[in-house]
Amino acid sequence: MHPEQTDYDPRHLHLSQQELMYTGHLACPGCGAALGMRIALKVLGQKTVVVMPACCQAVINGAYPYSALQVPVLQVAFETAAISAAGVRAGLDAQGQKDVNVVAWAGDGGTFDIGFGALSAAVERNDNIIYICYDNEAYMNTGIQRSSATPYGAWTMTTPARGLKLEPKKNIVEILAAHRIPYAATASIAFPEDFSRKIRKAMSIPGTKFIHLWVSCPTGHKSEERYSIKIARLGVETGVFPLYEVEQGFQYRINHEPAFVEIKEYLKLQGRFRYLSEEQVNAAQRNVEWEWKQLRAKIASGDELAMQHQSSDDARRISLANTSLG
Amino acid sequence: MRTVLKGNGAVAQAVRMARTQVICAYPITPQTSIVEELAEMVSSGQLNSRFIKVESEHSSMAGCIGAASTGARTFTATSSQGLALMHEVLHWAAGARLPIVMVNVNRGLGPGWSLWADQSDSVAQRDTGWMQIYCQSCQEVFDTVIQAFEVSQRVLLPSMVMLDGFFLSHTCEDMDLPEPGLIDGFLHPLCLPHKIDIAKPAALGSMVAPDRYMEFRKKIDLAHQQALDVWRKVDSQWSALTGRSYGLLDEYRMQDAELVLVATSTPASTARVVVDGLRERGIPAGLLRLRVFRPFPAAALRNALGNRKKVVVLDRSCSYGHHGAFHQEIKSALYELRPAAQPELRGVIAGLGGRDITAEDLEEMLLRAWRNELSEAVTWWNTLPEAVLR
Repeated sequence: MHPEQTDYDPRHLHLSQQELMYTGHLACPGCGAALGMRIALKVLGQKTVVVMPACCQAVINGAYPYSALQVPVLQVAFETAAISAAGVRAGLDAQGQKDVNVVAWAGDGGTFDIGFGALSAAVERNDNIIYICYDNEAYMNTGIQRSSATPYGAWTMTTPARGLKLEPKKNIVEILAAHRIPYAATASIAFPEDFSRKIRKAMSIPGTKFIHLWVSCPTGHKSEERYSIKIARLGVETGVFPLYEVEQGFQYRINHEPAFVEIKEYLKLQGRFRYLSEEQVNAAQRNVEWEWKQLRAKIASGDELAMQHQSSDDARRISLANTSLG
Repeated sequence: MRTVLKGNGAVAQAVRMARTQVICAYPITPQTSIVEELAEMVSSGQLNSRFIKVESEHSSMAGCIGAASTGARTFTATSSQGLALMHEVLHWAAGARLPIVMVNVNRGLGPGWSLWADQSDSVAQRDTGWMQIYCQSCQEVFDTVIQAFEVSQRVLLPSMVMLDGFFLSHTCEDMDLPEPGLIDGFLHPLCLPHKIDIAKPAALGSMVAPDRYMEFRKKIDLAHQQALDVWRKVDSQWSALTGRSYGLLDEYRMQDAELVLVATSTPASTARVVVDGLRERGIPAGLLRLRVFRPFPAAALRNALGNRKKVVVLDRSCSYGHHGAFHQEIKSALYELRPAAQPELRGVIAGLGGRDITAEDLEEMLLRAWRNELSEAVTWWNTLPEAVLR
């Protein structure tokens, strides 16, 4: 049923040698966002427009007249990544330039929070764009304040030691799946082959595609630069950040079965989690197990739906019909 | 072709005939029928345009900015709260030097809710870098939208074309709709020098350090100054094709006028009748209609108003704590006249939230000014005594 190679295997890493991101960018050492962009452009190629709202990447890319990218960049207002990209798409389409990838590249603040209305609307309209949210789990560009992507128990400047964030992270992929988005996926900078396959897949699907890319942030996570990849990998291997994809809002697929390393191995490498009590660490561990139960339940129900119907398209039609009747 | 259209219908026809390539819009009373008519035109194939039906006015302007950045001809329309919601991205559109054309149907802002004509919405956007043109007839609305596309793409500034909510947006008028070929011959192809180009990658809208930021802003100011002349040229080119021109300022019986009303939009058409009536009674009245508010025609205003005895400026908005915006700005323009040439200037704030500005109101304003009975610099016209509002 799932013919493609989905599991991560470093032997399959075959990224293009072409670099479309210059080395002189302004990212902090160990920045996962910069690495994510570098990998993404290798797959997207030169026929790409990157639409960037206010976020770390807008700084990383350099001030006027410089640009760290060898593709056109349009910087836009904070809350407008999705609609700005949709506007670029419409403008290019109107002029017959249909073979250009239009990519919105936004942080978690611009995606989960201030830009969420515009994102939801673009997905509902099924605007033909690729939206990549690089998620460093807080407003890092303004100096580490909590966002709705900040996980349980994290310290930030607005959730200080005596008032840690005790709300769970918003599940953005679930919300977009509920829009019946054609394609949504999670990805991690520690799994570049998986990430690049997902970009290629996104490029092949018309409509809105969303990739939720987890990136390390030594500055904001209070972690060592040398551990950026290790932490990202542990995020996946502990089960905190599952690698999966959703087609048509119902057909889920796990792309990497984690080893389920204990969550404390992930937490202890990041200073932002140092204030958690043992009890809170245990609660976080139980939450991972609970989230995985839900995820596996969705996979099972999606598989069942797909089995009952000849194709996912068929299922989607029925799903849509039920939605509109319901 | 002679036809009958509402103001909003005239807008939709102009957008269609300009072969607009991308529309992003969100409905709001009293602009709604513009959006509906354009949706119908796109759906039926009368207009080959991408219409992004956005979830907010903020997104309608942001979508226009994205589309215009690719060099596409782009349009939106809004009103009141919608324009206020766009505020952030209005600055962005002008700062990015994009020739977006927007129609704003003037309407009051809440609270309390008002659906009716009031210029507070557009006047509050005065400093965003947009050009602002106020129209008084359905024909002028059509002509101005077409002219705005041409001027905007020549000076690389966005245009906001205003019509009064209901008084014009929903009033049917007899008008001439040109043949499509005429518009095609009039509007030049849009060539945006800084458009997104795969062959020439660049970063648009990046951070600009203090050593360059001011220069970019100065260029916007210079473009506004140049735009005065471009509006004149485009208006006279339009006149050569259609016989219709409007100017930056529209003068009526001004030649020997000693008492001048400065008005905008639909009250200015009412004022013509009033001026005629006063003339019949031997009072040398005249009307100066301010059509193009940004770029600001300061020199033309000085020429038109210098050496008059009395000038009354009508504002359908108020910059609270001070005058109406048109009054303020005209006063600042006249300051450069030598004292002997300065008219006695009075401001009247009237018609907020759609209150009718009748011929009788205008006549009384002018007569009171003529008889030295407008004692205050600014008069709130015919408001109820304070006690009634408690």
